[in-house]
Amino acid sequence: MNVILVPASLDDQTFEQVLDQLAPLPPDARILLDARNTTWASPYGLTALLTLAQTRAQKPQFMPPTRDDTSSYWSRANFFRYAEDLFEIVGTVPFQRPERDSRTLLEITPVSRSDDVHTVVERIKDKAASILTQNLHLESRAVMGFAMALSEACQNIVEHAGRGGWVAVQNYNYRKRMGRHVVQIAVCDAGVGIRQSLESGNRRPLTDRWDDGVALESAVIQGTSRFPDFGRGQGFKGIRGYLRKWKGKLAVRSGSARVAEVPSWDDDVPRRDHIAPMPGTQLFIMIPEEVDR
Amino acid sequence: MTPHTIDVCAVLRSAVNQNYGNLLTRDTGMAVRHQIERELMAHREGGITSLDFSSIGLMDYSCADEVVAKLLVLLQNDDITRGGYVIFRGIGEDHLELVESVLTHHGLALVCLCEDGRPRLIGRVSDAERRAWDMVRARGQAAASDLADEFGFGEDFVAEVLDELFKRRLVRRADNAFLALDATDMVQ
Repeated sequence: MNVILVPASLDDQTFEQVLDQLAPLPPDARILLDARNTTWASPYGLTALLTLAQTRAQKPQFMPPTRDDTSSYWSRANFFRYAEDLFEIVGTVPFQRPERDSRTLLEITPVSRSDDVHTVVERIKDKAASILTQNLHLESRAVMGFAMALSEACQNIVEHAGRGGWVAVQNYNYRKRMGRHVVQIAVCDAGVGIRQSLESGNRRPLTDRWDDGVALESAVIQGTSRFPDFGRGQGFKGIRGYLRKWKGKLAVRSGSARVAEVPSWDDDVPRRDHIAPMPGTQLFIMIPEEVDR
Repeated sequence: MTPHTIDVCAVLRSAVNQNYGNLLTRDTGMAVRHQIERELMAHREGGITSLDFSSIGLMDYSCADEVVAKLLVLLQNDDITRGGYVIFRGIGEDHLELVESVLTHHGLALVCLCEDGRPRLIGRVSDAERRAWDMVRARGQAAASDLADEFGFGEDFVAEVLDELFKRRLVRRADNAFLALDATDMVQ
């Protein structure tokens, strides 16, 4: 059994530590994800864990966090509801109380069809409007763009992944970097990934270099889609435009590369190549509290 | 000319059998556009059709691309209205930015009757087209010769600009005169 340690604080950056530990192992290796010492996870961390389980040839084992408040939160975020099918849980899963967590805009929700996108957006639109305007102090017109960004991000699964994925949305205080409230949207799938998606539509650009990084940049920055129609591939452009306006962040990971639209408050890098591989596409959007208002 | 009105929200509910009133996802946009196309084709020749978005809630880029951009491309290229015109109404300030972005990407423009009741030209148009459109709208109708002096260019140039607006279905034409898709046309 190969034990993979889940970091104490699990987000888009620290999830890379999980993938780094997995990288030397074959896809059918038996693994145990040990999250006993994990005390916090972002929506990206939770959805990426589920996605990771989908990529394994053998059902992985999973040890839940030992801290009651952590595992109880994961339970309210619907993590264990889906983890029980995808992992062999080692230990006790907390009983899921019926109440919702006030920070959670959308618990982990599967997305595979167009109808799911409608349901997701409709479920959170009122609460999102309230949080964006009251907690993040954004103008009310930010709500329409938020719905657009959420919808376009989820549609990437429906249109391109070739299998279902997960979405989660949460409002929390991002103490680590900003000390401000943020809303994070995480959308992860274990599908074909962006490079294969573009290749399937013969949309590979005419360039000597072709790898996950080039494919990602082509799709996310240049708006290339596997579909040849002129209006296709503009979803990412719309998301990036929205995030630029509200000083938000977008990061998209696919295969062994990651690109990010980095706002001034963050010190992430715009592109990383040759990182530990993971099938599918994983993205997150972060919208910060406006402090000037 | 009394317009025929298509309630986009009603079309949405009937086309995709959902009650949300949100124009989201490309599949939904495609279904809505196909139904609007059928209604436009069934309408009489040469009329003005008003596409009413006022009951639409949320909208995303993919759906707007299908419902607005692809519909306009079809209207310009295939003339499914047989000489008719389409005016958009009820596109709120929240939707406007997204619709403009879709139109700009495709190099398209449309006439929208906004919340203040005034028609606006939105999307990608040249400065000359916008100026000519504003002048026609202010007058209600005008020929190229009426606008040439104020425009400051020759009549032939103004005629070309007006003709382009007509081809893009942004003004109407009656003999030598060009008519605005005016707010008064929208009174039913």
